[in-house]
Amino acid sequence: MSDVDELVIAGEKFSSRLIMGTGGAPSLEVLDQALAASGTELTTVAMRRLDPSARGSVLDVLRRRGIKVLPNTAGCFTAGEAVLTARLAREALETNWVKLEVIADERTLLPDPIETFDAAERLVADGFVVLPYIGDDPALARRLEQAGCAAVMPLGSPIGSGLGIRNPHSIELIVEAANVPVILDAGVGTASDAALAMELGCDAVLLATAVTRAQRPELMAAAMADAVRAGRLARLAGRIPRRRYAQASSPGTPLGDYYSVG
Amino acid sequence: MDVIVGGGIAGLAIAWRLARSGRPVTVVDPAPCSGASHAAAGMLAPVSEVTYTEEPLLRLGIASLRMWPAFAAELAADAGAASGEPGALVDLREDGTLDVAFSADDLAVLDELAGFMDKLGLRVERLTGRECRRLEPMLSPAVRGGLLAPDDAWVDPRRVTRALRAALDRRGFALIPARVTGLLREAGAVRGVRLAEPYARDLHADRVVLAAGAWSGELADVPVRPVKGQIIRLRSPQPLLTRCVRGMVHGSHVYLVPRGDGELVVGATQEELGFDTRVTAGGVYELLRDAHELVPGVTELELAETIAGLRPGTPDNLPLIGPSGTPGLVLATGHHRGGVLLAPLTAAIVLGEQSELAALCSPERFR
Repeated sequence: MSDVDELVIAGEKFSSRLIMGTGGAPSLEVLDQALAASGTELTTVAMRRLDPSARGSVLDVLRRRGIKVLPNTAGCFTAGEAVLTARLAREALETNWVKLEVIADERTLLPDPIETFDAAERLVADGFVVLPYIGDDPALARRLEQAGCAAVMPLGSPIGSGLGIRNPHSIELIVEAANVPVILDAGVGTASDAALAMELGCDAVLLATAVTRAQRPELMAAAMADAVRAGRLARLAGRIPRRRYAQASSPGTPLGDYYSVG
Repeated sequence: MDVIVGGGIAGLAIAWRLARSGRPVTVVDPAPCSGASHAAAGMLAPVSEVTYTEEPLLRLGIASLRMWPAFAAELAADAGAASGEPGALVDLREDGTLDVAFSADDLAVLDELAGFMDKLGLRVERLTGRECRRLEPMLSPAVRGGLLAPDDAWVDPRRVTRALRAALDRRGFALIPARVTGLLREAGAVRGVRLAEPYARDLHADRVVLAAGAWSGELADVPVRPVKGQIIRLRSPQPLLTRCVRGMVHGSHVYLVPRGDGELVVGATQEELGFDTRVTAGGVYELLRDAHELVPGVTELELAETIAGLRPGTPDNLPLIGPSGTPGLVLATGHHRGGVLLAPLTAAIVLGEQSELAALCSPERFR
């Protein structure tokens, strides 16, 4: 196996497949330590209620660590707001990348598929690299890819819920059909969730709360980095088929018999 | 002479303690008592605000909370308050904070928090929804349970700064209502401050104490940034609550702080918007929406004031108190959400009366 197994989004390469969010950290210092431990190279920042020119903000932390900023449209309820937020972010941060997030309601924070699709079309037409956050819906994922999105980001379960991947089958269907990176976004509660996402064939995992609200964020960030890497390696290695009954791993035949090449 | 840059609660508390110890003090502030101290709700709530990773802040908070009753009593005496309850002048109330939850999810968070507090040796009581409403009948019937931190307290910060000014007036101190444009530096040391128009002169000092809150980073190389907080004040003829109530609504914390005169403070947003202090529709809407969820009766109250203040945030949320590393410059800033709570401790550290906790606040950690 080649040592190089990079994540490529819109032609840009990342050696870490863990994308971090910044929400929920108790302090910038804790966030900084967690980001370092995660090894992430791409991190989302909510643009609402953030002045990119203000000194000492979360953006400074990311710049200092050389982490690429992925502005997101968190908190938007309509395609109109999301497009506006993306344009403001592009102007302020000089990036045409955007994580598109259009929320349907405050209780579930589930993405609104219709507003999301509408905004994605408009943003792609406007030259953005669009990474939409969506439900675990294979049909919508396919349509967004056709519309020109650079990746699709299905949820494992609702934002901040820590419920893990509730419908692994849907995630597999999305992965199977996709020709753009599939990034599992939202719902990761602990390391095994992140590993499972990668084993299912996702190209990357995006998480925030699982780390920022952990009792020891830095330690959990390190756990997530290992989990994403382990899950990726397992996917590449190819798991054995599940069997109903045991199959002895050492069937009593001397190794020599297998390798008797002479 | 000591020059204190900043006439908020931190600067005035330090000035008052210095004046009491017989040192000549001058406070410089273009608009004293108008910054974060003016906006703040005044919760002295280290227990209910504890979070993972912030145990050092908890230690500071608890130490300062214990200092508050004596601080308030001495302040009342010095400010020439008529006799009465020693804390009455600053509306010091020690009835605790009630943290409430509405959903099974949030109850689970409270349970986990209770376990964490218990491990830290903090006194908290886990209450049922009905027990919460027996304590606070105006709480929504939807309350499922709560956590009472009986040792938390609160004050009215506006009364505190007013009392500090009165006490300082009686001790004799100078207040120069000017903006400081820079620090006077000589041979690697700070020797005073430069005053803006119309003063436009140098003010020399043996020691400069930088207590300029969110603006501290503009005057010295300190990692302090403004963190905007919108907060509103409601008013009713009768107090709606008897203690501070807080709760998680839509993923964000809202708190309600009652005053004896019927004022009810609802706060606060946390926004990284530089020096922006505009009050926004969304900010006020979210505070009212969340407060209404906790205490439905709030919508009947007068909306008396909306305001946005700037907290002085630091990278680790701990304050910067003590020698700056530059001779002649002492820091008393970076209090973030805890400036009112930490005022007595801040003054004690600057006066050298508190050495054990001083290490946690030492500006050394960022050099």
